[in-house]
Amino acid sequence: MIMLAHNFVPLLFAGLLAFLLTGFPVAFALAATGLSFGLLGIELGLFPPVLFQALPLRVVGIMQNDTLLAIPFFTLMGGLLQKSGMAEDLLETVGQVFGPLRGGLALAVIFVGALLAATTGVVAAAVISMGLISLPIMLRYGYHRTIATGVITASGTLAQAIPPSLVLIVMADQLGRPVGDMYAGAMLPGLLLVGLYAIFIIVVAIMKPAWVPALPIEARIYREANGASGHVSLLVLLVIAAAAGVGWSQVHSDLVGHWLDRSDAAPGDEIVIFSLAIAALTALGLALLNRGLGLKFFSRLTERVTFVLIPPLVLIFLVLGTIFLGIATPTEGGALGALGALCMALAKHRLTKKLLVEALDNTTRLTAFVMFILIGSTVFSFTFNAADGQAWIGHLFDKLPGGTMGFLLVVNALVFVLGMFIDFFEIAFIVVPLLVPVANALGIDLVWFGVILAMNLQTSFLTPPFGFALFYLRSVAPNNDTTDRITGARIPAVTTAQIYKGSIAFILLQLLMVAAIIRWPGLVLDQIDAAPAALSGQSLHLPDAVDINGEDDPMRDLLEVIRREQAATHLR
Amino acid sequence: MQRLLYVSRLIDRLNQRIGSSILWLILITVLISGGNALVRKVFQISSNALLEVQWYLFSAVFLLGAGYTLLKNAHVRIDFVASHLSRRTVHGIEIVGIVVFLLPLCFMLIDLSWPLVLNAWVSGEMSQNAGGLIRWPVYLLLPVGLALLFLQGVSELIKRVAYLRGVLIEPNDDGGNSEGNAAESEINAHALTASKEIR
Repeated sequence: MIMLAHNFVPLLFAGLLAFLLTGFPVAFALAATGLSFGLLGIELGLFPPVLFQALPLRVVGIMQNDTLLAIPFFTLMGGLLQKSGMAEDLLETVGQVFGPLRGGLALAVIFVGALLAATTGVVAAAVISMGLISLPIMLRYGYHRTIATGVITASGTLAQAIPPSLVLIVMADQLGRPVGDMYAGAMLPGLLLVGLYAIFIIVVAIMKPAWVPALPIEARIYREANGASGHVSLLVLLVIAAAAGVGWSQVHSDLVGHWLDRSDAAPGDEIVIFSLAIAALTALGLALLNRGLGLKFFSRLTERVTFVLIPPLVLIFLVLGTIFLGIATPTEGGALGALGALCMALAKHRLTKKLLVEALDNTTRLTAFVMFILIGSTVFSFTFNAADGQAWIGHLFDKLPGGTMGFLLVVNALVFVLGMFIDFFEIAFIVVPLLVPVANALGIDLVWFGVILAMNLQTSFLTPPFGFALFYLRSVAPNNDTTDRITGARIPAVTTAQIYKGSIAFILLQLLMVAAIIRWPGLVLDQIDAAPAALSGQSLHLPDAVDINGEDDPMRDLLEVIRREQAATHLR
Repeated sequence: MQRLLYVSRLIDRLNQRIGSSILWLILITVLISGGNALVRKVFQISSNALLEVQWYLFSAVFLLGAGYTLLKNAHVRIDFVASHLSRRTVHGIEIVGIVVFLLPLCFMLIDLSWPLVLNAWVSGEMSQNAGGLIRWPVYLLLPVGLALLFLQGVSELIKRVAYLRGVLIEPNDDGGNSEGNAAESEINAHALTASKEIR
């Protein structure tokens, strides 16, 4: 008995592990382990008999959680976007823009992957569209198999690293930090990762040109009557738009300040967002004029690119723009994005009732299972905390040499290995809460910590044996040798080994990025101050992630008072 | 056994109907939340009732949807060990899990949350925010959702016992998927087949 009491926490974990491995649903395994060990502890006299009394209130706290409400919104948005055909249009057009370059098709995949990632946070949709549209073209024109498959799976997982991603939302909730801060912090590392991918492809194009051939002339579909490709005119429009954007950024502060009677300078992110919007509008306006008046000043390629890029840019503005400008909370940004995607699918006549029901149905299931994992891990945490599990975890890390750096290395190795076997929801809900107190004690900034982990969790989609991006690509890549319908050549099947091998280089790039964030915390932290200060105070929502139902939280009463006062002033 | 299977089919139908109704709540929540942001910006008005109804609806979706999600076998599992076991063993484990853990778990949580509902009903507890909503309906979702989950547990139990006895061929074959990620279940099914081929 005494032995049992002494080793309660290790036994608790062993029980959880054993239970999880039986394949019983994770949510119920967590709750059941917590409950049975809790009852055992009560029986042994280790815990008070009222251990679970506060459980319903905690669950109500989860229900009230405004941050998590973003999960169904973004899931629905991803589902609707998949139906709207946006990814297909983008891949086809951007492929034509970059295609004539060596490595161009791969660069197009990366660019489109980043655009899709910035509109929504769903990996499956991106990988599948790319696997269906870009992979056949790459195979047809002789891309190296490993590069082709790797770039598709890796670009699909960008959805996890670039805001607005589900990982960042869940992470913000678990770390008790505002989602807006997580988004701001993750933006630069996400874009740098995109840059790393692109540099890798460029290096390959220089070292091994035969691996990433350019599109042959006959495969370029947007040609002018005189045989020109239309790239020059695209470049001209790009320069004009950029000039308009830069010009606006110079005068924005004065103009808007005058208009709003604001004396101080406009915040940086506001200027960036508005300048980008002006640049995009300029391009759109010129392209519309060109088409409407039949000017033929711009090439067909230019027109096509402009029109295809508008929908994702509008969505990015609806979601990220409104969040960074402080117009909407991250949750509302998700709702606006879902509405935007809905309108887009309607406008393209691609939305039937059946498809809408399918998207909503998937959202319902995902929401239920995610929220129940959270409830399960809450039940588990009751027993864990009662057994003073935090102290036990703390002791484990005490013995580690190297302080903060040692902690981060071990945690990242752990998350990387776990990511091979279980997916990010489970890691975020089970493992992350165990690490937060230790990270806090070491004085680690939790937003920085969260971005590191989110970047690391990306690899879980690419690492065998359970990399889901790999499975998604496998499900759409040709399983048998096929005869190409355009060139008539035999194209061998894509083997599973090729898909696995393809991901290796990109996993290394992702780990490189993790290391870079650890080495230079400024990549994350410098972005946060500039970020959505406007968020608090503009809405009734207080920084969402502060769990006002958390037990013994000194901030709780204060927050409640502020919340009430704020509500009162708003309604007056 | 046939009589039990009839009960199981009734439960399945109940949760199926609930599942296909609550999914519209998501669309309504999206409209309210998006509309709320626009209205607040444009007209400078806001209502606590509209803010709170969002989490009421959200709670309704995931609590009432728990049984439906179990019916569709969409609660995520860690199945890299279980996938190597025989179908009979897997169903055996499932039976033990349901009887020993899932059903008592639901029962305990219902038991714990019921006083909360009663208290709120008797005291007429309101939101502390001005213009907020009355609380007991949302508290009531807890025991009701868990009761639906309990019922679905019973139904799954019946189906699995029937399978082991050879009465039923294979329970839960309707679009079962184990990993989420918002992919369509069809896609997940593909990916799952792919994952099995890989192994």
